[in-house]
Amino acid sequence: MILNSLFAQNKKMKNKLAFTGILILFVIIFNACEKFLPSAPEADSVMDAPIDGLTYEQNKLFLEGAEEFDEVYTTETGLGPLFVSTSCGSCHAGDNRGHPFTALTRFGQSDTTGNKFLDFGAPQIQHRALPGFVGETIPNGATSSKFLAPIASGVGFLELVSDEDILAMSDPLDQNGDGISGVPNWNTIPGWVKPFKDAKVKNGKYICRFGRKGATYNLHQQVAGAFNNDMGITTTFLPNNPFNYLTGTQPAPPSEPEITDASVNGVVFYLQTLQAPIQRNMDDEEVMKGKAVFKSIGCENCHKETLKTGPSPLKGLNQVEFHPYTDLLLHDMGAELNDSYTEGSALASEWRTTPLWGLGLSADAQGGKVFLLHDGRAHSISEAIQYHGGEGDKSRKNFTDLTESDRNALIKFLESL
Amino acid sequence: MKKTYTFRLRKLILLALTCYAIHASAQNDSLMNTKSTDSAKTRLNMDAIYNRPFLVSNKLPVALGGYIEANTQYSGTDGVTEGFSFQMRRLTLFMSSTIAKNIKFLTEIEFEEGTKEINIEFCAADFQFNPLLVFRGGIIMNPIGAYNQNHDGPRWDFIDRPLTATGIIPTTLSNVGAGLHGKYFMHNWIMGYEFYLTNGFDDKVIDNEEGRTSLGAGKSNADKFDVSNSGTPMYTGKVAIRNRQFGEIGISYMRGIYNKFRADGLKIDDKRYATVLAADFNTSLLKNKLNITGEFARVMVDVPSTYTQQYGSKQWGAYTDVIYTLVKRKMLGWNSAQLNVGLRGELVDYNEGVFTETSTNIGDEFWALVPCLAFRPSGTTVIRFNYRFEGATDLFGNPPSRTNTIQLGISSYF
Ligand code: HEC
Ligand code: HEC
Repeated sequence: MILNSLFAQNKKMKNKLAFTGILILFVIIFNACEKFLPSAPEADSVMDAPIDGLTYEQNKLFLEGAEEFDEVYTTETGLGPLFVSTSCGSCHAGDNRGHPFTALTRFGQSDTTGNKFLDFGAPQIQHRALPGFVGETIPNGATSSKFLAPIASGVGFLELVSDEDILAMSDPLDQNGDGISGVPNWNTIPGWVKPFKDAKVKNGKYICRFGRKGATYNLHQQVAGAFNNDMGITTTFLPNNPFNYLTGTQPAPPSEPEITDASVNGVVFYLQTLQAPIQRNMDDEEVMKGKAVFKSIGCENCHKETLKTGPSPLKGLNQVEFHPYTDLLLHDMGAELNDSYTEGSALASEWRTTPLWGLGLSADAQGGKVFLLHDGRAHSISEAIQYHGGEGDKSRKNFTDLTESDRNALIKFLESL
Repeated sequence: MKKTYTFRLRKLILLALTCYAIHASAQNDSLMNTKSTDSAKTRLNMDAIYNRPFLVSNKLPVALGGYIEANTQYSGTDGVTEGFSFQMRRLTLFMSSTIAKNIKFLTEIEFEEGTKEINIEFCAADFQFNPLLVFRGGIIMNPIGAYNQNHDGPRWDFIDRPLTATGIIPTTLSNVGAGLHGKYFMHNWIMGYEFYLTNGFDDKVIDNEEGRTSLGAGKSNADKFDVSNSGTPMYTGKVAIRNRQFGEIGISYMRGIYNKFRADGLKIDDKRYATVLAADFNTSLLKNKLNITGEFARVMVDVPSTYTQQYGSKQWGAYTDVIYTLVKRKMLGWNSAQLNVGLRGELVDYNEGVFTETSTNIGDEFWALVPCLAFRPSGTTVIRFNYRFEGATDLFGNPPSRTNTIQLGISSYF
């Protein structure tokens, strides 16, 4: 009673109390905010984090590189006039395998004697063009192949595998008689690409390892090349815009490179310090069974489970073992995968063993479907295996002969990668 | 531990100060009279620019007004948050005057995010020959959709503008131009029309850092008040009809060439058009306790065939706001205070269609649900709390990223 009348007497007081109550409620909500936000996806379901052990400064560099990687280029920032896509991230979505929409086309070289169509803007078609310009088409008489972007995650580890280790895996004369030879792509490198300290050299050629044909030496060459050939962006390393033989115009290079060396280096650092994909359900029984099948039917003769990095000033990359499921070597994959197009010392039927890590997450990067092999022609893992010919023929037969339960286990293992 | 407590305390004090300041100012007797607006029931969206509280003084020939929008925000996407921010979204000032009988002038100047962007959103004179025939010239708001014309912060219980009215139709879209508008009254019905020629968009519609077709990216050309990028006018037209009982429906259309296709008399490109079709409605039910507002917009843009499908040739967006008034009475000392709850649903597809390469759907889609709670001490001021759930897919339609945003903000005319 008394309390009631007190309140009635002082309505203002009541108002203020209610007002303060609401305020306190909001403060509580804001303080508990984090609980109301969506949680992070599992660490092993994404692959865009940096490797462990980076300093604050290196984390900042990584973030700058990541931003550059995802930047959409425009006329104003240097895109084109001829290009294939507008950002690294559009072709390497989620740092995993690329989508056919951003596939690129290479043309003009069918054997190891070099590209005969350099005057026609070979080796890469820029089929897209800024408004008002005309995109390129494949010149008459040139053979060509379509390439989807390979996985970008983990390339920092691949870059640090020593030439010596790569050579040790190669068996050009198939001395062990397993039907698998495996050779590195010995290729010439441009003057602005600095070879590593312990690089092996043969007739002025180096062991290259990046790209579908393994024709690119290191990440620096890959990145500067991507800016130029994929996006039409000039750098001090590649100062000319791609030109269109159809219209005979090679737009004069801008007086300044369209992006700075610092930007190129930032992206290289991003790739070098990008994590490797993490295997999921490693201890699952079926996954372990599948892994044993993988090894027993000869998949691992090319898709090598474990490689190790050489010395690196970055702790997370320094002499560590990792599991990319590749030997970084070229293998003759038979007639079906022969597109009559090649690069460097690779034959047209030879392809670099595709790293299998990140395979189980491809669908999350390729729009819910999978597009496997160099041109995305395989729409499932089994279909990709069925395309293995040449040196891969034996393991394909083994795969076909597997019992259903072994085959399912193998697929389950591959999906855990 | 201690640190978080002092932080909490500071937040509490700050919040309290902001709120008490509003509380206090609302009770202060104004030096000038506020000319309140009459019931919205006899108004169309097209009247929104004049239908605002203005301060009028007998000594001054002009009426002044404006509004502010500010809020706190805490937002996170897939487990990553940039933390807590205070945001000063915009300060808008408007000034109007009656120059002579049947000649009115109004200007609206907006400061966004502090002084990062200063825009003249509207600056035009109306010459009324007849209610059915009013000539308007100057910087005018293109009458496309309803939100663009009726975008004042204090009118809405939601802090963010709907994506349909930012990503599809870039509110505030205004351009230099001229045209006619008019209204016709009949019993319970009002019909209105607007038709203007203005400058249009520029090439950035399909060449921008957002990496998607965006009329917003194509509206910011600094020269747009001086020259039309394409050298041709853009047409915008709208018809709207309101019934005093049922509400309002509007249909609008806009079309113009957005690219520079000739220079010094030479053709340098094909003519490429951007076209927008929009429909909007609003209605009040249950004795004005339930208010429903919505808008649909579709954009069609000519994209050259050898350019990239990343820039879509078709996009659309739609949203609906449902607001229910829980209580309307004297509260906390304000005579006709109001407490609303509401929900906004929105959908946007920035790139309709399928990839030529795979015939699979092109992604770049957004959706959001935003529950809100709003307290209105008076019709011209709102304290609003929003909790926004948003999903977005990338170009390829990969699993969506999820963003939740918690916002508490104020918006008020002054
Ligand atoms: C048009 C799509 C496209 C764009 C844009 C693009 N890439 Fe690639 N990327 C590819 C393709 C296709 C390959 C395989 C190239 C080859 O076989 O020579 C590749 C290869 C790579 C590789 C080597 C991977 C490996 O295992 O061999 C790296 C690293 C890479 N890209 C990084 C980048 C960076 C960084 C950018 C931006 C500067 C970029 N890419 C832009 C499509 C693209
Ligand atoms: C002779 C070496 C070799 C053997 C043995 C081999 N592969 Fe491959 N594999 C390759 C090469 C090279 C490619 C890339 C071919 C291409 O892109 O056209 C590839 C591609 C793949 C791909 C597609 C990966 C992607 O991301 O596109 C899968 C999956 C695969 N192999 C699984 C297997 C399995 C499972 C086995 C065992 C049954 C196997 N491979 C045996 C060399 C081999």
